[in-house]
Amino acid sequence: MPLSRELKQEMFWIMLLSRRLDERAWVLHRQGKIAFHISGIGQEAAQVGAVYAIEKGKDWLVPYYRDLAMVIAMGMSPTEFVKSLMGKAGEPTSGARQMPSHFSLRRANVLSHSAPVATQSPHASGIGLGIKLDGGDEVVLTTIGEGATSQGEWYEAVNFAAIHNLPVIFLVENNRYAISVPQEKQMAVSSAADKACGLGLPGIEVDGTHMFEVYDAVAEAVANARQGKGPSVIEAKLYRLTPHSSDDDDRSYRTREEVEEHKKQDPLIVMKDLFIEQGLMTEEAYHELEEKAKKRVDEAIEEAIRAPYPKGKEAATPVYAEEVRNV
Amino acid sequence: MSEITMVEAIRQAMDEELARDENVFVIGEDVGVRGGVFRATQGLFEKYGEDRVIDSPLAELTIVGIGIGAAVYGKRPICEIQFADFIFPAFNQIISEAAKMFYRSNGQWSVPMVIRAPYGGGIGGGLYHSQSVEAFFTQVPGLKVVIPSNPYDAKGLLKSAVRDPNPVLFFEPKKGYRLIKGEVPEDDKEYTVPIGPAKVTREGQDLTVFAYGMMHHYAMGAAEAVAKEGIDVEVVDLRTLYPVDRETILASVQKTSKALIVHEANLTGGYGAEVAATIAEWGFMNLDAPVRRLAGPDVPAVPFSHPMEEWFMINPEKIADAIRDLAAF
Ligand SMILES: Cc1ncc(C[n+]2csc(CCOP(=O)(O)OP(=O)(O)O)c2C)c(N)n1
Ligand SMILES: [Mg+2]
Repeated sequence: MPLSRELKQEMFWIMLLSRRLDERAWVLHRQGKIAFHISGIGQEAAQVGAVYAIEKGKDWLVPYYRDLAMVIAMGMSPTEFVKSLMGKAGEPTSGARQMPSHFSLRRANVLSHSAPVATQSPHASGIGLGIKLDGGDEVVLTTIGEGATSQGEWYEAVNFAAIHNLPVIFLVENNRYAISVPQEKQMAVSSAADKACGLGLPGIEVDGTHMFEVYDAVAEAVANARQGKGPSVIEAKLYRLTPHSSDDDDRSYRTREEVEEHKKQDPLIVMKDLFIEQGLMTEEAYHELEEKAKKRVDEAIEEAIRAPYPKGKEAATPVYAEEVRNV
Repeated sequence: MSEITMVEAIRQAMDEELARDENVFVIGEDVGVRGGVFRATQGLFEKYGEDRVIDSPLAELTIVGIGIGAAVYGKRPICEIQFADFIFPAFNQIISEAAKMFYRSNGQWSVPMVIRAPYGGGIGGGLYHSQSVEAFFTQVPGLKVVIPSNPYDAKGLLKSAVRDPNPVLFFEPKKGYRLIKGEVPEDDKEYTVPIGPAKVTREGQDLTVFAYGMMHHYAMGAAEAVAKEGIDVEVVDLRTLYPVDRETILASVQKTSKALIVHEANLTGGYGAEVAATIAEWGFMNLDAPVRRLAGPDVPAVPFSHPMEEWFMINPEKIADAIRDLAAF
């Protein structure tokens, strides 16, 4: 199904809002107002393109920590995200138990993930198995960094999904680095998609700076999965425009020239130019969106600052499901 | 009531749970046409089909990781690890994921799953088909750890485990699979044994032996043997190792004033240390003797050659000796 003009505009809005929110998180960190941030800057086009190919409220998302734009698209509010940055009560991923960007949103079928990389991949296949056993036509989108595809967990998850023809889309967000370690020291192939071939699946590569290319590839994979044609592995090639996290100094492993070169391919700028060129947005409309995003982010930060912290003793529960007080 | 083996009790529990709830499924290596290497799933593949009795790839993290995903989706997986010795490839999924999912999502996502694994030595299995791995899991909140010692409990506890909304590790004493027989209600499909409480399985006055699984079976034999010598032993079957049933442990020590803990897993840092600490912390005033532990020696695992395996393994005679020793204190 081709994307409507309105939907495309909405996708651009999510990209822009996520970017401005993400940038402010870095500022909050520099101001000493939050302890940690891990960023999705540079990866938003792939994230938004992919997540718009699944159906909100029906399909499943099993994300990783860079997927802010995906999770915003799935309905997490900026206020909720900033609350999670600050460890405030009522943030919806974990009740402030997890570090920021360890996403979860039960109301939108976004599964909780942990910090050990690749642990989420088998869960996506397990959900896929559940869907197949129940005869449903939902699909699961799961994401991972290229470095984490070195883990056995990822191979095992793809292998199982391939054996049982499960409706799972494995999206690899290849930003070229795993903290400091470049792709060449992570795999002997040029793309994580190539690894899929050994597991019986075609590997698909897309330009991750181009939202609609990613959308098209994932939409096709989703259509296949819904029709019982099984899983897909898709690698989106992109670039991490920030250090790994607020604790990282990327000057030790990549030159400023390299980063500057990639900033020219910043997906937000690439998409903005494309939208204006294709008449999907005027320069004026873009400035209005910028204003709106700034306002939303300002409000989110104000609200989150006002929100209370959880009480220390709230940490005592819920360990076992019998204890739960109807969340 | 009819007398059946441990492994048959376990098979029946799975059969009845598969029949009761269509969300229940079994996944593991060779659980399908082969019916499991110990025959715990015999006949289930034929009865419920390949979608509900799934032969997994030879990969334990797959078995558990897939189980977790299916569980959060709403299914009720029973994951079989062929030998407890091979659970370690799935360790990360159990510790980082299954145990923490509920807490880390503030109760949004629960993982109702069972991980079954045969454990224990005395079967000529050498280092890697004999281990007792419970202590790796009995310090992990979010998990429940269950070890039955007889067919009645095995069936009743496994049914409770399948119905439990949390991840339950269910370790089965493989030496007892066919050796231990017992009465199990034939027609009462609704009987279960609750996860949590330990059980006083033999009343006595002189001292208490705390044990579980195969060692509980042996402890009962040892208690009978020393009874002839006039030593009146109480035996407590711990059954659910985690969460710990402190009340039953402390009540028994209050009564007998002496405690011996028996397990075949290595001594140091083993489950007995927790029981001993529980008694030291809350039952100290009731003690007439130091708490004793009889456990597997601190070598990496059970050796293959028979004399060396005998040296490693706890048996009823070794337990009887430890009882005599403690009784004489
Ligand atoms: C099992 C495990 N080992 C190490 C880490 C520390 N760590 C966190 S992210 C990361 C790099 C991940 O790189 P990649 O998968 O490419 O994702 P990216 O961060 O580049 O998006 C490392 C080493 C971890 N979280 N988990
Ligand atoms: Mg990377």
